[in-house]
Amino acid sequence: MISFLFKGILRDRTRSLFPFLIVLAGVFLTVAMYGYVKGMETNVIRFSANLRSGHVKVMTRAYAKEAEQLPNDLALTGVAALLADLQKAHPGFAWMPRIQFGGLLDIPDDQGETKAQAPVAGLAADLLTPSSQEPRLLDLQKVLVRGHLPLKAGEILISDELAQKLKVKLGEKATLISSTMHGSMAMKNFTVAGTIRFGIRAMDRTGIIADLADIQDALDMRDAAGEVLGFFGDAIYHKDEAEKMTLAYNARNSESSDEFQPVMQTLAEQPGMNFMIGWLKYAYSLIILIFLVPMSLVLWNAGLIGSLRRHGEYGLRLAIGEDKGHVYRSMMAESLLIGILGSIAGTALGLALSYYLQVKGIDISSMMKNITMMMPTVLHSQITPVSFFIGFIPGLLASVSGTAIAGLRIYKRQTSQLFKELET
Amino acid sequence: MKKMFVCAMLAVASLVSRTMAQTPPSAESILARTDQNAVSGNKIILSAMTIHGRRDSRSISSKSWIQGKDKAFTEYLAPAREKGIKMLKLGDQLWTYSPDADRTISISGHMLRQSVMGSDLSYEDMLEDRELQTIYNARVVGEETVLERPCWVLELTSKGEEVAYYSRKVWVDKERFVVLKEEMYAKSNKLLKTLEVKSVIRVQGRWVQNVLIFKDVLKGGEGTEFKITAIEFEAVIPEALFSKASLRK
Repeated sequence: MISFLFKGILRDRTRSLFPFLIVLAGVFLTVAMYGYVKGMETNVIRFSANLRSGHVKVMTRAYAKEAEQLPNDLALTGVAALLADLQKAHPGFAWMPRIQFGGLLDIPDDQGETKAQAPVAGLAADLLTPSSQEPRLLDLQKVLVRGHLPLKAGEILISDELAQKLKVKLGEKATLISSTMHGSMAMKNFTVAGTIRFGIRAMDRTGIIADLADIQDALDMRDAAGEVLGFFGDAIYHKDEAEKMTLAYNARNSESSDEFQPVMQTLAEQPGMNFMIGWLKYAYSLIILIFLVPMSLVLWNAGLIGSLRRHGEYGLRLAIGEDKGHVYRSMMAESLLIGILGSIAGTALGLALSYYLQVKGIDISSMMKNITMMMPTVLHSQITPVSFFIGFIPGLLASVSGTAIAGLRIYKRQTSQLFKELET
Repeated sequence: MKKMFVCAMLAVASLVSRTMAQTPPSAESILARTDQNAVSGNKIILSAMTIHGRRDSRSISSKSWIQGKDKAFTEYLAPAREKGIKMLKLGDQLWTYSPDADRTISISGHMLRQSVMGSDLSYEDMLEDRELQTIYNARVVGEETVLERPCWVLELTSKGEEVAYYSRKVWVDKERFVVLKEEMYAKSNKLLKTLEVKSVIRVQGRWVQNVLIFKDVLKGGEGTEFKITAIEFEAVIPEALFSKASLRK
């Protein structure tokens, strides 16, 4: 019967094309949207983790409370020993000490007087150790616009927009004016090695990146760091594992009241991240709801219409003696076949678009002009195992359930009325 | 009759004199006397500043050459990291020189609100050299004893000019006209900073607060202790010292 129905679907397109196209469109949209939202979630988490939060972050208790103000006077001290301790306790993790700092970048003229000055938001990471993973995590080679990455002490990268605003050229001197860990004024001369563009408004306006040792020296933070970022070995954020690890780490020091005791936070616990992850989940659920539920309804309705449209055909089949159960089962099998075909085609098209967006991405920078939130401006889709079957839920179930409900009318039809219906 | 008249006159005179003795001088005159005592010609000050932070305490020593209220030159002497840092104030302008960077930077804009050497004092506090009577309206709100000295309690409110603190409450020694305690408030009436004088000495006929505790209420820690270790009034200071060129010397 299956091959008979299959031939019918292929040869009589008037009865199969419309339901097939509806299923295809619904499944295509569901798969493509799922891939996009999933990709956005992964992009934002990876981006934030690499740039700011790590998968877990270790700070002092006092620093964690005021983390948004980047209080380097409350930074971790004895970082070398802390790193050894963390590496021993969690060998699968990569631990990166970092310093976030604010200040002014002052460009001198020939006389050493201020030529231009602008506020900056800086990030210090280990850029010079040959085995350091930081240049890769920060994707520095990719965001470099001009010049080269810092190759020796005293070299910095500044945002391309800031370089243009300050009219500073590569190789020129720039003085960082900031506060030391003890609050004194700090001044240190740097050479501009290159310019960068992250595609994030907040960083592209005022961002500078320097080597950790240089900033430790400038801010009087020897063997100190604002924060130590931890990354899972596979570079993927495992929420449950991170939470378990954080709980265990913090439990060790829970009895101490020392505000400089190190504490660990997961990516989701950090300021702004909770909101961002919550927002992504909300958006994710909303999109699934918007696409999955109405799409299911549309397909269900299509199943209903398709069956009702063939009211006469079923009447004729019943009139010439076909069993009601047989008609109903053949209808169900037919809609199942259409659902499978539409879902396969829709999933294939959705996956194709997702793959294209996974490779190329969508540039949303024009929408991010006045947004200071740390978010990537090019969003990529992501194909996951779920992408392969998520479209089958509305594609298959809805069309079959539509037919199942519409088909129940077959059992209500009276044989005595059939010829009357056929006459009209 | 004559006797009665003399008695009555004496009684009136006594009443008047007692009443006059109890009437506080006007708030303006208290402020004028306080300003007069605070401002001098030339002076050289050696001082030590102990900053009690949340993590630890550290001391910074410096030498300042001050001419009137408009000119000041400060050189930091210790510790090693701060040694050689210099600051120059000319009127409402402030420059700082760092020997490490060999750069002279003008401190202006939002930098003025930053802490000086991590202390509870801001650059804005350092620049505030106007006489209190010129920028604040004052009224006497009470009398209290501070450091075992009777004080007038004055409430100062900005006359509308741009000031670092919209209002202040000051405790002024009734006899010496030295501020012994001060609270500084924002326009919202939020307490921003406090000043507590721990000791007052007499040098060359002037009363000088030589141990003071500044406290930035919005900041953690126990405040900054400022101790004058030596002070010389009417000192000879070469005019050339108050120039940007002297910062690099």
